[in-house]
Amino acid sequence: MRNLLRHILIVVLFGTPASAGVSDQRVLELKHMVLQDCGSCHGLTRKGGLGGPLTYEALKDTPPEVLESTILNGIPGTAMPRWRPLLSEDDARWIVKYLLKEEPQ
Amino acid sequence: MNLFRAFALITFLAVPAMAADPCCATGDLGLVVERTTGTLLVVDRSDHASIAKITGLGDLSHASLTYSPDERFAYVFGRDGGLTKVDMLTHSIAARVIQAGNSIGGAISDDGKLVAVSNYEPGGIRVFDAQSLEMVADIPMNSKTIGLVDAPGRRFLWVTWDTGEAWMADFSGPKMVLTKLGDIGENPYDAVISGDGRTYLIGLFGEKGVVAIDLWADQPKPVRFLQDYGKTEDDLPVYKMPHLQGWAFTDGQLVLPAVGQHELLWVNREALKEIARTPVHGQPVFIIAQPASPYVWVNFAMPLNDTVQVVDTRTHKVVKTLTPGPGVLHMEFAPRGAEVWISVRDANKVAVYDTHSFEKTNEIAAQSPSGIFFTARAHRNGL
Repeated sequence: MRNLLRHILIVVLFGTPASAGVSDQRVLELKHMVLQDCGSCHGLTRKGGLGGPLTYEALKDTPPEVLESTILNGIPGTAMPRWRPLLSEDDARWIVKYLLKEEPQ
Repeated sequence: MNLFRAFALITFLAVPAMAADPCCATGDLGLVVERTTGTLLVVDRSDHASIAKITGLGDLSHASLTYSPDERFAYVFGRDGGLTKVDMLTHSIAARVIQAGNSIGGAISDDGKLVAVSNYEPGGIRVFDAQSLEMVADIPMNSKTIGLVDAPGRRFLWVTWDTGEAWMADFSGPKMVLTKLGDIGENPYDAVISGDGRTYLIGLFGEKGVVAIDLWADQPKPVRFLQDYGKTEDDLPVYKMPHLQGWAFTDGQLVLPAVGQHELLWVNREALKEIARTPVHGQPVFIIAQPASPYVWVNFAMPLNDTVQVVDTRTHKVVKTLTPGPGVLHMEFAPRGAEVWISVRDANKVAVYDTHSFEKTNEIAAQSPSGIFFTARAHRNGL
């Protein structure tokens, strides 16, 4: 019982690290979006295409805030659009964590 | 004696029986790319059925393919640089090479003997013997290459994304002749050749305008038109590059997607001047002419990609709006236009519509389907 309470407390205080501020339903949508829509230009396996690769190796040296800003604001003068009309800052933060953590199958 | 006669009869009858075997026709078959699983569905157009699944093709994101002149083989261009020759009769892989690190599309020569592949990594074009898949030419370009098409006379054309050039390779003689057709502008995102083989049209992402090259001219060279066409700072962001294979050439007109806007642009083909605009549901991706009809069909970029619209080329008005479902990626017409197959990625199905009644007549299950390619493409240049 005490363990359960502690667990609840931890979850309430810190959330699930990868999905802070993002609902379970939204996580599914974002995963789908990364695969299908980011994948259109960056490859479904994230190894790049018209856009550069989004593998851990390619992203690890860029600060996460820069990656988040790139998603939200795009890169002017390139084909990378600003996703702010479709994504919140929490969404972008979740996507960056997801890209840095999860290698595609 | 009776045994002998029976034996003779069997031997005699065996030949006609084999000739009547219905196995050996590919004219109403097609392939559907299942991009997340890297598989191909073999479909039967007449039966509205998926008849086989082919695996082992690698990464099929943004995969496209082309067919041999006899419609026996498909050449599949995968994102991972794989070039795979698929046998439409045995539903199996006949040959496969990894020819680059990252590729985007390909084309087959008009005589069906050469297959060219457009590469992002290491860039350039590679050309292969269609029979053996042995490389016959390597054309480095120091750039991603885009908009690769075949032109009559064993020629291939393409443009370079990073350096903004148009090129042609001519394989009609004993040695390949490589010609730069000119500088076209910044970041060409796709190109297409008209069905009559005359016009090579190139869309620019990095600057305004459209480029046309008249391939019937003695010295084909790029001509810029529609100086105001293209993206501006204030436009909506482009969530999916339009595909110019869909640029419809119809009834003396070109139909273009207005990049970043919810519009189609109609251009008089002779004068290369805008004649009309059509407000549509979203940012157009494919604009495809329904064969033997005055209509073009349009699909849209996300997040408005659950819809397809039909536009009359005479009035430039939308005549029908359909909602096949979430993630409409591609449309392929039966060669005579009676029906259209629409891939609905997020509903995991291909929907078949009657083009006259606009009724959905069937659905075929498919895992995240993207491109649909009927074998009749074998007989159309530029595809």
